[in-house]
Amino acid sequence: MKLVICAGPATTGKTSVLRHAARKLLEQGKQVAFFKLDVQFAEEDEELARELGIPTRKVYSGELCPDHCGVMVLGDAMEWAEREGAKVLLVETAGLCLRCSPYVDHGLGVVVLEATSGMNLPLKIGPMLSLADVAVVTKVDRVSQAEREVFRARIMDVAPDVTIREVNALHGIGIDPLVDRILATPDAELPMQLRGNPPVGTCTICVGKKDIGWQAHFGVVRTLENQVFYRGE
Amino acid sequence: MIRDITVMGGHGRLGRPDLVRKIQFNMGDVISIVGPTGSGKTTLINDIELFANGNTPSGRQVLFNGVPAPIEYRDDPSRNPIALITQHTTFLSDMPVDAFLTTHAKVRGGNPEDITRLAQEAIDFANELTGEPLAAESRMTELSGGQTRALLIADAAIICSTPIVLLDEVENAGIHRTRAIELLRRYRKIFVFVTHDPRIALLSDARIVMKGGRIMDFIVTDEHERAFSIKVARLDDALASLRDQLRNGLRLCGTELEGVR
Repeated sequence: MKLVICAGPATTGKTSVLRHAARKLLEQGKQVAFFKLDVQFAEEDEELARELGIPTRKVYSGELCPDHCGVMVLGDAMEWAEREGAKVLLVETAGLCLRCSPYVDHGLGVVVLEATSGMNLPLKIGPMLSLADVAVVTKVDRVSQAEREVFRARIMDVAPDVTIREVNALHGIGIDPLVDRILATPDAELPMQLRGNPPVGTCTICVGKKDIGWQAHFGVVRTLENQVFYRGE
Repeated sequence: MIRDITVMGGHGRLGRPDLVRKIQFNMGDVISIVGPTGSGKTTLINDIELFANGNTPSGRQVLFNGVPAPIEYRDDPSRNPIALITQHTTFLSDMPVDAFLTTHAKVRGGNPEDITRLAQEAIDFANELTGEPLAAESRMTELSGGQTRALLIADAAIICSTPIVLLDEVENAGIHRTRAIELLRRYRKIFVFVTHDPRIALLSDARIVMKGGRIMDFIVTDEHERAFSIKVARLDDALASLRDQLRNGLRLCGTELEGVR
């Protein structure tokens, strides 16, 4: 089974891109399953089940970091999709964290970015972009040619090996090469590993100590004057 | 090098075929697209911009030098031969104008002296089109609608330097549109204007007529229309003069219109 993990900030068009990809995969006779991971609300699974008649599921991460939650449940999700007879499992993540990335060593990592989010966005989102295989850029018609070109150059600064696809998510134009890439990806099998290193997560804030100011914490503390430069992966 | 682009007819909204099955634009051509609102003018320029290859709702095909667009046109915006300026296209960056243009020129490559010169050339070009000149140090988000549109056109013509520029309803942009065509004519490109404006249509080499999503006709501007366009220009200038007086807070007396016949 092919595995596609899709990340990207909220509202960039992840669902639209996956919907077009799913439709084209179905046209080629590939059974598709869709798995949505979100924090507290999502209805994409219901939409796609209704529109495309494919098996879909979702999970809410709630108090857990969504990418952490993804690590926990992805194995189960793959078993579910296998049972459903899927040849391709499309996973849409919550796409919130700019420090982590949900991609695994098997399968295809796809980040969906919108050209309208500012020319410097690619420089800000770290491993969500730099560890992806494909960067899909949406809403290119809304910005000037100049910003579109600079946006792309910034992606290449951060992730020189990533394949960039500009798509029109409205008409689904530019999706075909993404579908070809999905089908060319080797099958994913457990055991799998997360591609990136997760951030340090065991801290006093994580365990519920909410006081503002480093003086109130211990373990991983940082003062304003003690900046540690995080370059990403 | 692009020498020409060809639009191969598809169909309108109800599946009825385009009546003109093949239209070729050659380098240096200025073409207008005319037709009522909702007639498919914007769809047609979108087809060109998307390098349609039977995969858009219209089923049209756009050929570059006679063949479908190579994949790198779509994959690499710096090799994309088309700049599209729609009514929605805008700048989102909040940077000073010169820093913005320099950033763009750098991405396009070139040596530092060229980059500074290109940025200045683009600002000068834009200022030929605007009522109120824009300053190199003004922030992009402070520009008026007309200044923004002027800068988009200048950037497309000078820094992108794309061989094909598509402009959607430039007359609504609050810029000197005839000056824009005059200036743009100096750059050897294919310009396609979606327009409702007789003056722009008559300044074009030809016009495509749209209705119900279909290409109905392709009319080459003839000698008679060219001669007639001088009158249209005079009438348009008279109206422009009235507009300026209005803007400057004057009382209108209509003497401009007396010479117009």
